[in-house]
Amino acid sequence: MTLAQLTTDLGYFIPELILTCIILVVTIYDLFQKTENSFRVGYAAIAGLVVTLFTLSTVDASTSRGLFANMLALDNFGQFFKWVVTLGALFVVWISLNSNELKNRKIGEYYILILILVLGMFFLVSATHLLSIYVALEMVSLMSYLLAGYLKEHMRSNESSIKYVIYGAFSSGILLYGFSLIYGLTGSADINEIQVILAGSNISPMLLLLVLVLTLVGFGYKIAAVPFHFWTPDVYEGAPAPITAFLSVAPKAAGFAVLIRFINVAFSGDGNPNLDSWAVLNSLNWPIILGGLSVLSMTVGNVLAIQQANIKRMLAYSSIAHAGYMLMGLVVADQTGLAAVLYYTAVYMLMNLGAFFVAIHIKNAFNTENIEEYQGLGYKAPFLGIAMAVFMFSLTGIPPTAGFVAKFYLFRALVEYGDQYFWLAIIGLLNSVVALYYYMRVVKAMFLTKIEMAETFHSAPLNINILLGILMIPLILGWMIGDPLAAISESAMQFFVH
Amino acid sequence: MENHLLSIVTFLPVLGALAIIFIPREQLNAIKWTAAGITGIQLIFALVILSAFDFRNADVQLVEHYAWIPAFNIEYFMGVDGLSVPMVLLTSLLSFLAVFSSWNIDKAQKGYFALFLLLDAGMMGVFVSLDFFLFYIFWEVMLLPMYFLIGIWGGPQREYAAIKFFLYTLFGSVLLLLGMLALYFLAEPHTFNMLVLAKQSSVFSQTLLLGMNAGKVIFILLFVGFAIKVPIFPFHTWLPLAHVEAPTAISVILAGVLLKMGTYGFLRISFPVLKEATLWFALPMAILGLINIIYGAMAALAQRDLKKMVAYSSINHMGYVLLGMAAMTAAGMNGAVFQMFNHGTITAMLFMLVGVVYDRAHHRNIDGFGGLAKVVPIYAGIVALAFFAGLGLPGLSGFISEALCFIGAFPVFTWITIFATLGIVLNAAYFLWSYQRIFLGELNPKYADLEEINYRELFALVPLALITLFFGLYPTPMLNVMSTTLNQLVDAVKTAGMVAGF
Repeated sequence: MTLAQLTTDLGYFIPELILTCIILVVTIYDLFQKTENSFRVGYAAIAGLVVTLFTLSTVDASTSRGLFANMLALDNFGQFFKWVVTLGALFVVWISLNSNELKNRKIGEYYILILILVLGMFFLVSATHLLSIYVALEMVSLMSYLLAGYLKEHMRSNESSIKYVIYGAFSSGILLYGFSLIYGLTGSADINEIQVILAGSNISPMLLLLVLVLTLVGFGYKIAAVPFHFWTPDVYEGAPAPITAFLSVAPKAAGFAVLIRFINVAFSGDGNPNLDSWAVLNSLNWPIILGGLSVLSMTVGNVLAIQQANIKRMLAYSSIAHAGYMLMGLVVADQTGLAAVLYYTAVYMLMNLGAFFVAIHIKNAFNTENIEEYQGLGYKAPFLGIAMAVFMFSLTGIPPTAGFVAKFYLFRALVEYGDQYFWLAIIGLLNSVVALYYYMRVVKAMFLTKIEMAETFHSAPLNINILLGILMIPLILGWMIGDPLAAISESAMQFFVH
Repeated sequence: MENHLLSIVTFLPVLGALAIIFIPREQLNAIKWTAAGITGIQLIFALVILSAFDFRNADVQLVEHYAWIPAFNIEYFMGVDGLSVPMVLLTSLLSFLAVFSSWNIDKAQKGYFALFLLLDAGMMGVFVSLDFFLFYIFWEVMLLPMYFLIGIWGGPQREYAAIKFFLYTLFGSVLLLLGMLALYFLAEPHTFNMLVLAKQSSVFSQTLLLGMNAGKVIFILLFVGFAIKVPIFPFHTWLPLAHVEAPTAISVILAGVLLKMGTYGFLRISFPVLKEATLWFALPMAILGLINIIYGAMAALAQRDLKKMVAYSSINHMGYVLLGMAAMTAAGMNGAVFQMFNHGTITAMLFMLVGVVYDRAHHRNIDGFGGLAKVVPIYAGIVALAFFAGLGLPGLSGFISEALCFIGAFPVFTWITIFATLGIVLNAAYFLWSYQRIFLGELNPKYADLEEINYRELFALVPLALITLFFGLYPTPMLNVMSTTLNQLVDAVKTAGMVAGF
């Protein structure tokens, strides 16, 4: 790699460079803040994320290219996920500034860790080399462990962190084992080259299957799919609520990104994942494996969510179920299916963050996370109630919310594929009926009882209402006006290959 | 000619709901009168639609057709024909009158009327949509206000009734969604346009889905979705609960309009789009119709709660609709749609009348009254009219449509029709028996000074009573509106059947 090439590549690396600088600046800024003023770092982080978004929009990714000797890729696919995680981080920092849990403590590094986590996800969604994938994955994981245990005087938070570390270390060990097998089989760590070698050789299918399963363990853990989900409820319950919200959307989205890229590029049969429908190595029946994971995730997630009393645990199980829905799109693995997954990721980010944010404010104002104790809140705080109802309907997938449209696109991809995955569509649809039951429990508690609570009116602070509005309005109106997100996610289906 | 009558009639209530949100919640009268005004204007627009509608023409009219989500060929496509016009009239009429039955709602009135108007918009949208996707959106959107209306303002078991209603109908809806997607992808070019889909009926009956005849598989998927709404036995168990627990006006809407959406779905989508499968399923449908008739009547006979009795009578009445539809004859089809309209008006009266007595006596136990005719003669008179209409007395509208259903079904399903007439006898039994127990005999001293029906209640009931009488004596205007479209539908299905060798 020549110096000239390096400088050209750096030109396409500006958002990451800027974000790194911001992290350094914010860290230094934090040094000068007293504990009681350390929340100011949060505002600096917001400013930094806005700048990052701006630089993201200036990068021209229309022609895909590999950066730094193909360690990373710059393509529309990666850009899409960078937008999703940065926006998610922005919202999470915003709500963190309003969270009582995080008040009265030295908070500066909390925001710095979030920024580093975002940087890690930037690498993860564009990594095209086994090493860069692993390093990025660890970067994301380490920051997540720290953030999950941020409330260090709380038992739950400690438990959350340590559980996360143990499961994380175990699964990344297995992932590494899978990677080493791939490297041993192909002699390359670049996923493009791996594809070429795998497609041209006749490696035993059993061995390939083993490789796939081992890597799926690693990625499955990040997206919280069954049976790699056991950490989820405890980690989600113990971590600070804004971090739970963040973990349930951003690393999940990044995990999906890397999983899609990895399977799509490394195991692609015809070597061009940008084709309309790409054949995967014939010797490998991986759609069945993914389909199985999908069914397990949504069914287990939904069934266990029914009996949860704590809203964070309920949303934790629901996030497992949503991973299952998104996996359906991967099973089909054509352009439509994957575009549907991207669409779902973005919508899920909005609706799940929204649900968590309402829960966070309720915890702040009424000190409860128990769904049964939400009684009458729809009358006491009508805006919060309506917002929560919108997010719950959207998570269930009922029109006129974008949650419905997102599910519709997924099922559309399955049905379009023909008879083969009709069964999966049926299971997915029945699962959304099950999901209705537990999402409605929240709505029921808020609206169907204790109307007299209307007498004790409560209004959330203006900035929380604005935040909820920003999340809610695109969910209702976004798809009605010609659905721009659908076009964006279609055009994001462009991968770097060399 | 460009016009937006259908969009106006659909989205007017949404504007009304938004307006209500901005009225302070203390100003009850302003809220109620806004709701009444909006639904009143909607009714006027529905009449304008009726007058603009050319009933000699079987095509869809007053069409609004725009691209909406071009990526998936989803269109904003609205239009009405002889099948939807009666339903549009019924929806706007019952919504308007139901506002007056809601006058005494005693809590969170603002939310109630806003949700009520959203419900109205959803129902209207279902009846005027000609794009399956748009249809589905309205179909689902309606569930949300209905859940809250039952769940917040309902009776003692309201929470259970609301979630049961929601789960049942969502279960049906997801099957509907699957059927809709299958149709979309089997059609060339991929489309949700119902009229284009209808032209490809033979394509669906000749392709395979899951190794079976695609038309039949999709028909079953749609059937379950619609059957839950009708409701057809054995998918009916949500109905008695929801109808009984819902507040009066919402029971009126549930029984008067919502049930029709199921049978409307059959006639709008299943029949024209899957003609061959329709003929294949005609006999099972007639048998299910018979079960609905007999089972509904028997169950009604056994009820002690007046409202529950009326709820089961709906199951019975929808059975006639099914029987008439399944026969696939001109008389049966016209009878079925006419019965949909008539049942809407008659059952609305019945539920309103139950509401009247419940407001005063605070119970609905049929055996708990006695001799009320002496105290409240006007009320007793209207109940008599409604009960007679319900049991199909000649001279009232229910008789005409039930007779047409039987006439249409007799040549095709002779034995089924003969057994079905038994339902009429049972029908008469439970209506007359309960009338006798409530209004005749010894006066129950507890109700010696029961308040007579008031003008507001009469205002809601008299138009319905007049319509029942009018169409009982002179049904031609309504039959004219629907017959051109329906006869063409019958012909189309039969022709397709002949080609396919039925």
